[in-house]
Amino acid sequence: MRNKFLVGLYSDEDKMIDGVRKMRENHLEVYDVVSPFAVHGLDDALGLNESRLHITGFIYGASGLTIALTFMTWVFTSDWPLNFGGKPHFSFPAFIPILFEFTVLSASIGMTLTFLLRSGLYPGRIREKLDERTTDDKFAVVFRINKKTSAEEIGKMKEMLQSSGAEEIKERDLKRHY
Amino acid sequence: MHAESAVRAPLIYGNKNYHQITEDICRPIESKPTRLYIITITITALLMTWGLFMIGWTVWFGIGTWGLNRTVDWGWDITNFVWWIGIGHAGTLISAILLLFRQKWRMAINRAAEAMTIFAVICAGLFPIFHMGRVWLIFFNLPYPNSRGPLWPNFNSPLLWDVFAISTYFTVSLLFWYTGLIPDIATVRDRTKKKLSKFIYGVLSFGWTGSAKHWQRHEALSLVLAGISTPLVLSVHTIVSFDFATSVIPGWHTTIFPPYFVAGAIFSGFAMVLTLMLVARKVMNLQEYITLEHIESMNKIIVLTGSIVGSAYITELFVAWYSGNIYEQYAFANRALGPYWWAYWGMMTCNVISPQLFWVRPLRRSVWFTFFMSIIINCGMWFERFVIIVTSIHRDFIPSSWSYYSPTYVEISIFAGTVGLFLTAFMLFAKTMPVIAMAETKHILRISGDAQKKAAAEHAHGHQGSAISFHKP
Repeated sequence: MRNKFLVGLYSDEDKMIDGVRKMRENHLEVYDVVSPFAVHGLDDALGLNESRLHITGFIYGASGLTIALTFMTWVFTSDWPLNFGGKPHFSFPAFIPILFEFTVLSASIGMTLTFLLRSGLYPGRIREKLDERTTDDKFAVVFRINKKTSAEEIGKMKEMLQSSGAEEIKERDLKRHY
Repeated sequence: MHAESAVRAPLIYGNKNYHQITEDICRPIESKPTRLYIITITITALLMTWGLFMIGWTVWFGIGTWGLNRTVDWGWDITNFVWWIGIGHAGTLISAILLLFRQKWRMAINRAAEAMTIFAVICAGLFPIFHMGRVWLIFFNLPYPNSRGPLWPNFNSPLLWDVFAISTYFTVSLLFWYTGLIPDIATVRDRTKKKLSKFIYGVLSFGWTGSAKHWQRHEALSLVLAGISTPLVLSVHTIVSFDFATSVIPGWHTTIFPPYFVAGAIFSGFAMVLTLMLVARKVMNLQEYITLEHIESMNKIIVLTGSIVGSAYITELFVAWYSGNIYEQYAFANRALGPYWWAYWGMMTCNVISPQLFWVRPLRRSVWFTFFMSIIINCGMWFERFVIIVTSIHRDFIPSSWSYYSPTYVEISIFAGTVGLFLTAFMLFAKTMPVIAMAETKHILRISGDAQKKAAAEHAHGHQGSAISFHKP
């Protein structure tokens, strides 16, 4: 019962988005939409909050910059001050290339790992599928069904899916979350 | 839904729908390899093996097996390094800079170009690594607490900047490429019926489902990675050029180097993308996705960057004369008229004169001519790196140290080996992964598909008055 879903499959993303909007206006909680590509306007229709991933990117980048600057400064001014042709030990302009590269490196590795972790993606993760065609050409509107969901509600969901243009409606009872 | 002007040529021909795109792009992966494919990959793999053997030979017997001498201590190795790194630049330019500029035509070629970037950077990295001689001490480059003092690397040195630049570039390109591939690998996973491929693609797809929140994060990640890759790609060849420009060698010591190297990198990278994609397009039957519009757009970038490179050559000559510095003047006169004149004039012909032919539209849109030109440009850019490196140092400050450098069979074999490695890796990629970004192509189908554009135009004509007429009296 825990991973029971009601799935409506659409072929047309515009109909799907309109449908999602109407369902939410009618106080139905759309659990998710599974699609073969990023459909623009869907975030808005689903009422998803903006992703905070870019904020983490900034934090990782800023941390990388700080670490690199602190480290190079420490090495050249305190740990082992080498004399390179009488140039200053703290030679900031010469640090810029490495500072830049390390900032970019930290931001991109950090963001990618955060993306994978937050989305539960890792090598070898096997999930059950709602439908095989959602990575090909079908857009699936998903409702979650639990003990509290009344038969009346399920009927309303089905009706809304049908009226908005879903071509196939089915219930999926999965062992684990898809 | 967005609409696009009917004047703009479609990017996807044929009457496609989403499913058809999946079919067309997955077909080469799912079909059996052809005889031609097996023969070609056998040849390239043999070439690669030979090159790797010669790398082993170098490690065993030392750098003395190369043609380098006391005066010319950078030869084919660094030439090839800079050449390969330059080739890598097109992938990031296409996927990052063209993404920021919202150039939709990038989607047909970005995935393959990014893969090409990764393989080119691998080939490039081999040269400085094995040029070090005692390659087992490579970790001396890295700043880690060690028992030698601790003695840290010199963070003020452009050679160390290069270590950071190249490794960052490789890592970020790999992340960008692979995160983009994940949804497409999931498509292949869900289509395949074979148990083993289902398992492999299942592992590689990281359990991608296509959930709305995942797509939202994926888009955010791609955009930020594109944003930071844009200055990164410009910085990498800038830093490579610093290897030369910060020295005091006449011919290297010029401030024009960073922009000139970056333009040259993009120029050679696009040429290599064209070389590979024109073949892939034909062999894998992707003419409806990689259209003449794509080829023409790439050729336009080649004209632009080729002209920048050409003006840089002329500027260098002018500045050498105008500087009034006789050593600088001699370095350039020696380039054009000295013992390496053939490399200089090869470079001038291939890089300055020939790309100008692309101002002619029928030539820009000719597949055969483009293919021919892409090879010419690849050769020209190799000459450029050779000219910059070898002709600038072979006549040292003291005439008694003047020398001539020519490569030995070991250096030639290693170069041929990297070409083999590059082609083998690319062919394996093309046979096992979707060469065109499927999800992104589906995303633009409604706007840029041929059939969809025609339908939209008809629809607009149906509602008279809503269509904008350009022929008002």
